[in-house]
Amino acid sequence: MASGIKDRVAILGMGCTRFGERWDASPEDLMVEAFGEALEDAGIEPGQIDAAWFSTHMPDVGTGRGGVPMSIALRLPNIGVTRVENFCAGGSDAIRNAVYSVAAGATDIALALGVEKLKDTGYGGLPVTNVGTLIPQWYPAAVAPANFAQLASAYRAKHGIDADLLKRAIAHVSVKSHDNGAKNPKAHLRKPITVEQVLDAPIIAEPLGLFDCCGVSDGAAAVIVTTPAIARSLGKNDLVTFKALQLATSNGWELQGSGWDGSYFHTARIAARRAYDEAGIADPRRGIDLTEVHDCFSVTELVTMEDLGLADEGGAVRDVLDGAFDADGRIPCQIDGGLKCFGHPVGASGIRMLYEVYLQLLGRAGARQLADPKIGLTHNLGGQPSQNVCSVLIAGLEKA
Amino acid sequence: MIGITGYGAYLPRLRMRRQAIAEANAWYAPNIRGKGTRTLANWDEDVVTMAVAAARDCLGRGDDRGNIAALMLASTTLPFAERLNGAIVARALTLDRSVAASDVGGSQRAGLTALQHALDAVAAGRGDALVLSADARRARPGSGSELAFGDGAAALTIGSEGVLAQFLGSASESVDFVDRFRLAGEPFDYVWEERWVRDEGMSKMMPGVIGAALADAGIDPGSVDHFIMPSTLRNIDAQVAKAVGIPADAVVPTLFERIGECGTAHALILCAKVLETAKPGELIVLGQFGSGAQAMVFRVTDEVGAVRPLRGVSGWMARGVEEDRYTKFLSFKGEIALERGMRGEQDQKTALSTAYRHEDALLGFVAGRCEVTGEVSFPPSRIIYAEGQPLKDTQRPYGLAERPAKVLSWSAEYLSFHRSPPHCYGQIDFDGGGRVLMEFTDVDPDAIDSGMDVEMTFRIKAIDETRGYRRYFWKATSARPAQEEH
Repeated sequence: MASGIKDRVAILGMGCTRFGERWDASPEDLMVEAFGEALEDAGIEPGQIDAAWFSTHMPDVGTGRGGVPMSIALRLPNIGVTRVENFCAGGSDAIRNAVYSVAAGATDIALALGVEKLKDTGYGGLPVTNVGTLIPQWYPAAVAPANFAQLASAYRAKHGIDADLLKRAIAHVSVKSHDNGAKNPKAHLRKPITVEQVLDAPIIAEPLGLFDCCGVSDGAAAVIVTTPAIARSLGKNDLVTFKALQLATSNGWELQGSGWDGSYFHTARIAARRAYDEAGIADPRRGIDLTEVHDCFSVTELVTMEDLGLADEGGAVRDVLDGAFDADGRIPCQIDGGLKCFGHPVGASGIRMLYEVYLQLLGRAGARQLADPKIGLTHNLGGQPSQNVCSVLIAGLEKA
Repeated sequence: MIGITGYGAYLPRLRMRRQAIAEANAWYAPNIRGKGTRTLANWDEDVVTMAVAAARDCLGRGDDRGNIAALMLASTTLPFAERLNGAIVARALTLDRSVAASDVGGSQRAGLTALQHALDAVAAGRGDALVLSADARRARPGSGSELAFGDGAAALTIGSEGVLAQFLGSASESVDFVDRFRLAGEPFDYVWEERWVRDEGMSKMMPGVIGAALADAGIDPGSVDHFIMPSTLRNIDAQVAKAVGIPADAVVPTLFERIGECGTAHALILCAKVLETAKPGELIVLGQFGSGAQAMVFRVTDEVGAVRPLRGVSGWMARGVEEDRYTKFLSFKGEIALERGMRGEQDQKTALSTAYRHEDALLGFVAGRCEVTGEVSFPPSRIIYAEGQPLKDTQRPYGLAERPAKVLSWSAEYLSFHRSPPHCYGQIDFDGGGRVLMEFTDVDPDAIDSGMDVEMTFRIKAIDETRGYRRYFWKATSARPAQEEH
């Protein structure tokens, strides 16, 4: 059994751009903006970074391929820069690589930066791409909303839940995230909405309407990591350390087998269990103070509460409607607005989630600051319900 | 004895109301009117897909199609001029690679020509033959043909055992009487005056050829029970029957008001309809006009009740849903270019080498079934996942096309470009194992839910307009009972 990474790696500094329709900004602008904030927060020079991981999902519409675009944009000192692509979970995977390099002793200081420039396609939503030469010949030309909307039909069937009740519960998810996002100056969408607005919005993919879908945004986020000892030597006292970082990847069981019922994320349950073990958390409902989850669609967030063990199976509808995950609830979720309102620049999202946890733990979250959180969890998903990559990361104050 | 050993048909679900077409064009062509409905192929249907559907209706759900040695596909609207359309059909039906497939075209009597080829092949001892005929013709908007034409397909198996309609004789005549023509690659027929076609063409040629076929068969015209002679010209079948001496009550109704005139497939569709209720000993005459004329004579045998199609013409006729939207009709027929948005710009280039490498999976819908665990994988994979014990190279071919299935999860979305929104797809679980995330077609989004019974249908997957290619795959459609929608 591996000893894990708990408390072996600390965050030295973080940065995150304003997310949104950044018509004014190129990928270079976004990278420079996030990196600059992280460097300043870390209090180091670029020459002190030993290696970097670069997360971007759609190179053809934004940044280009390989590690080169980031190395050039940031004029890094010819260190190793590796592009990480793992669907929407690439940001967390870039963190994982940087953290592992520090934990292994291969580097002292490592950088993970994610960026996505989505708003240069000419249309809304994610860019349309072909995946290989075989898949388009049989697989539906599916879009993300319909892939995730299928959770709703399977969840209803499994738990015998009325369509209107589920629709109302997922509407609450979005209303909550809009309330939170309105308080976040870096968020893409900053207007509160009502349940009625959500219910009356045009349908994108049954049963998901416009407000059940997250923002498609431009943005970048960066994290610089090191050992707790080096962090202290650089003058940092209140440290946020990594407690766990687990990734689980589908192997075809959900998509091709017959054991999965379509209502949950098989990988999320595996990654969560491993992460709680690594962090030594016996009961996540008591051990986790806030979560940033992959709410690409409202229904994703609802079932994720169960996958993370924060709600009973079949009980998330009730808990959501009871406000358990609201800003003043039992375990606040998406206190920064989440993908829904902070926005979703794909390759940056996992790092943005950690950014919010980091700010909250250090008491730097401004108007949306929670009372004294000590442990936060990020859940970053790539792919779609039946075939995906899921990361669960737990970070906390060093002594927590 | 040689003759028909099985029959089937396919009619698209959509039934375009003629009055809706006439009303949409009344400002322009007030004299073009019509009643009833005509069949309309969905955007993802063409001659190839309809031929596959008719063949499956005829052949049934069994896996063993090894007796079929030849396949003839007749149409004047074959999608490919170069690429054997019959071979696509053969592979979709998982027929043996040794099957002799051919495309037959050139005139409205191509269906009967293919049937004659099949009879000749069986007579020559080459094994059983599958005759398919389908058409999905285009007609210029505002024309009478737009109301008259229908889309459909028929299938007959020809053999020497289990014959349910014995072939007795035939005759044909080939002349360059140009009642209609269409240069290769052109969308629409050019048609000469109907009165000339009727008086100088059909009325003169058909009686002679039908009489010759009856003489070849040694049959007296007065004993004919079913006379089939499709045409859009009203009552020409009755006039020809009278001229030949065939009883007036033997003239088989054309189904024109319900399905339209389905081109080269129509004679075989009517034949398949007649066989549903024909009695042993009855005589059937098939006649068709086109660049000459052709006629064939069959006698129904005692075996006629022993073989039934899955749905048959009657089942498909009852399975329709009426359509009133003229722009939808125009769009499906390719006569109007609706706004697609940028998402419609996606390149649909097909990697042909990939397609061939996975031909069994993509055309035949053949999965892999693990001999050890029984797990089914689509597409087939080298390694099957079993808890803690991945197994390598244990899969054997396992067809999914004919297996019943259920919806596990689904959605209907309005985001992507789709020729008939909403774009519906979901995860399908097959009885006996196998799960595929696949597109739905011919479904009412309001009727879909988890647990719904579905069946598989071979359809166009994507159209590559840049290169003039189309590729096919299987889709799920509601396994609705035959009578549900009518």
